[in-house]
Amino acid sequence: MIRFVLSRVAQTAAVLFTVSVIIFALMRMIPGDPVLMLLGDDFTEDAYRQLRARLGLDRSIVTQYVFWLRNILQGDLGDSVLLHDRVVTLVWDAFVPTLTLVVASMLVGVVIAVPSGLVAAMRKDSAWDWGSMGFAIFVYSMPSFWKGIVLIWVFSVHLGWFPAVGYVHPWQDPWQGLWKLVLPAITLGTFFSGLVARIIRSSLLEVLDQDYIKAARARGVRRAALVYRHAMANALIPVVTIIGLQFGTLLGGAVLTETVFSIPGMGRLTVTAILNRDYAVVQGAVLLGVCAVVLVNLVVDLTYAFLNPRIRLA
Amino acid sequence: MARSIRVDDLPLAAPTPGPSAAGAAAPRGRSRWWRRFARNRGAVFGLGVFVATLLMAVFAGVLAPYDPVAQGVGPANQGPTWTHWAGTDSFGRDMLSRIIYGARIALVVGVLAVLLAMVIGVTLGLVAGYYGGWVDVVIMRVMDGLFAFPIIILAIAMMAVMGFGVKNVIIAIAVGFIAPFARVTRGDVLGVREEPYIEAARLAGVSGPAIIARHVLPNVLAPIIVQAALRVSGAIITESGLSFLGLGPPPPTPVWGSMIAEGRNFIVMAPHISTIPGIALMVTIVGLNLLGDGLRDTLDPRLKR
Amino acid sequence: MSAAEPILEVANLVVELAGDDGMLRAVDGVSLSIGRGEVVGLVGESGAGKTLTAEAMLGLVRCPPGRVTGTVRFHGHDLLELGERELARIRGKEIAMIFQNPGASLNPVFRIGDQVVESMALHLPGARRDLRQRAADILQRVGIPAARTRMRDYPHQFSGGMAQRVMIGMGVSCTPSLLIADEPTTALDVTIQAQVLALIRSLAREMGMAVLLVSHDLGIVSQMCHRVIVMYAGRVVEQASIGTIFRAPAHPYTRALMACLPGLDGVARLGTIPGVMPGLTAVPSGCRFHPRCAVAEPRCAVEEPVLRDVGDAHRAACHLARRAGEGPRVQAAAMSARNGEPG
Repeated sequence: MIRFVLSRVAQTAAVLFTVSVIIFALMRMIPGDPVLMLLGDDFTEDAYRQLRARLGLDRSIVTQYVFWLRNILQGDLGDSVLLHDRVVTLVWDAFVPTLTLVVASMLVGVVIAVPSGLVAAMRKDSAWDWGSMGFAIFVYSMPSFWKGIVLIWVFSVHLGWFPAVGYVHPWQDPWQGLWKLVLPAITLGTFFSGLVARIIRSSLLEVLDQDYIKAARARGVRRAALVYRHAMANALIPVVTIIGLQFGTLLGGAVLTETVFSIPGMGRLTVTAILNRDYAVVQGAVLLGVCAVVLVNLVVDLTYAFLNPRIRLA
Repeated sequence: MARSIRVDDLPLAAPTPGPSAAGAAAPRGRSRWWRRFARNRGAVFGLGVFVATLLMAVFAGVLAPYDPVAQGVGPANQGPTWTHWAGTDSFGRDMLSRIIYGARIALVVGVLAVLLAMVIGVTLGLVAGYYGGWVDVVIMRVMDGLFAFPIIILAIAMMAVMGFGVKNVIIAIAVGFIAPFARVTRGDVLGVREEPYIEAARLAGVSGPAIIARHVLPNVLAPIIVQAALRVSGAIITESGLSFLGLGPPPPTPVWGSMIAEGRNFIVMAPHISTIPGIALMVTIVGLNLLGDGLRDTLDPRLKR
Repeated sequence: MSAAEPILEVANLVVELAGDDGMLRAVDGVSLSIGRGEVVGLVGESGAGKTLTAEAMLGLVRCPPGRVTGTVRFHGHDLLELGERELARIRGKEIAMIFQNPGASLNPVFRIGDQVVESMALHLPGARRDLRQRAADILQRVGIPAARTRMRDYPHQFSGGMAQRVMIGMGVSCTPSLLIADEPTTALDVTIQAQVLALIRSLAREMGMAVLLVSHDLGIVSQMCHRVIVMYAGRVVEQASIGTIFRAPAHPYTRALMACLPGLDGVARLGTIPGVMPGLTAVPSGCRFHPRCAVAEPRCAVEEPVLRDVGDAHRAACHLARRAGEGPRVQAAAMSARNGEPG
């Protein structure tokens, strides 16, 4: 187990390194001279050279990367040109609503997916199976931004049940916060449920085909115990992994969903920053998003190892 | 149990070559595959949707009743009527024409992005898997890094760097899909690499690239095709997402994602502007997903249940 | 030896599986019976339908997509008529079954002890604590050293042989009257095979438990069983006591199987059966064995032979098999002539 943990931690470090190189390379590819952009129209040759030296742009690319990485590791992501604030603060403030939406969507998704995947697997090829898998592929294929608009149209404009837009931190005003979170979480959560329900179904079907299920049946284990204890305990191990690995997909979906519901999250921050060529903010947002994904993947891997006695006891 | 011989282990005296031996195997395999595919109702539906979208894209010029970018061909924000089946948008443009032309952008971006990603990813995967060693390590570590990016976030970052436009959308999405192709390919190459016929070719002095192209690639093609089919819908969704955020092809290009975004401001008085392009997008995606699932279930025996 | 009092009687059992183009008959009209305390071998090549026959008896074939017809009489019930609930009361309690791949037959995420106790708690009264004690005793009895400690281990920490001992222990934990052992030693090393078989034999004798031993290994069957049933392509082709079958096999397929065994004198006389068993999609006309049969006559390709008496408690499905003393038998394989007449 310890060896497994160490190797996964090392792998995560390697991935983070590659990610940092990719992001650094992307930032270097931005067309135009950053020095000229900072100086504006009016400047002297000397001022240009000074600023260039201060930014470290006269050093080798490797040195530049090292400086860049050192700043980031010290928590310095630079300042926003436009919003006149530290990027770290801006990005973190935007990350919280996004993360809230992702977690709420995961809950909604699992609550829908577990029963529908279960019923589909247990009654394979029945109307239940067709129904729940049809629903799954339907909600999975609906673009989340469009689904959000349709939900607003139906539940806000027509029925007036839920607020159309806006965001309140659920721990500042739990009632308002959750209320405003309902439609966005359903939007993204149904997408997630489609994904997870299909995985639960196929994972359960695979497990139900295993020898130990047949052997347990041959010992007189009842159908309910067979499915809920013997099969689920095995089927949920890969499901937990895949749910975790979809964190990145959900984060991407949240960026789009937020825009529909005017939630001040990572999506809005990034898009505004891009349109304003506020690259430090773009970089900070992407960096935080990807790091979150990588770290969640690590946690998922370790959870998998813990759930699976073969690895836990190795 | 010294005296026990298993019946199964015994050598068969003569493998009787019947009439249904090697020669007949290939066509039988293909028609078998087609029958399995045809029985998958979802996959057939998906194929139908894909072909319909394809025809719509190819014959957009013939099918579209109006110029998709011409403003004021009808009153603004009008719901579906006999003259404008899908209504008009806020500039008085014909929605149906824009949707039909939108299929063109969606398919071009979706298919080209996946093809580009496939060519690069498969090449990297072949090289990494076949040569192994530090080449493998370097390529696959980079792929791990790319894989960590959620596709839409990577595409957003790429668009930020490269600027807008159809070509850049294709490149941005393609970069996001390289890693899965490289991983799938490499995994299969590792298996094929040890086959005796590869060893034989190597001993016969065939060069590495020639072996890869002639002997390795054909043997790892099926899962790559499945992967490609499954990714086209993702590429189209990503393109729509970028367009929805305003990071796609610039206006007035008829793109489904931007049309949905435009309609958002008129959701109360003219809900058709958002909803109708969304239905087109959704039907396309459902179709592609069903088609991809069908191909996976019938082509890739490892994933078959 | 004939079974005096059958505890299990299978009649006309048909198992059909869903194929690409409709239903395929994998087991086609099998009838057999097992007496109290009797050890019966079910023999045939893989694909002959032995395992499906055994699984169908316990209602383990999933229907749909499969279909099972016929009758399986056990203690006055037809098991095929029973619902899942009643069957669950019989499985493990009255009839236990162990499988070919012991490593895969234990749930990988539960501890061994919990699995043994679970199957006992399903059928036996008593507090969980007492059951744990009894489980430990049983595991000790089937030869698991330090059973108490090992109960806390997971299946992957057991070797194949040890896992099969656990399966056997679980099987006999509720003292069933019949144990179905489906290729119980096929996945094990030769030395372990002998130990596991000896264990099954001694437990059967101790508990007066009948055993249906499914195997493709005539050698194993000859050491374990009182009676043998030979299957080929979904049908029973011959059944007789172990002595009869070795002295006077009546079906050419049985003879061919025996020709594959090394001789008692230790001199290998390896024969082989030409060809392969037909698949379910291409069942030959007439006698299903005729394409591979050394003595087939023209009518064998047309008329399907029925299973009929060819001796005392000896039945075979072959046109050429003759009742004892009914005149000269068609001499096919030299060895059957050498062995003389049954009776």
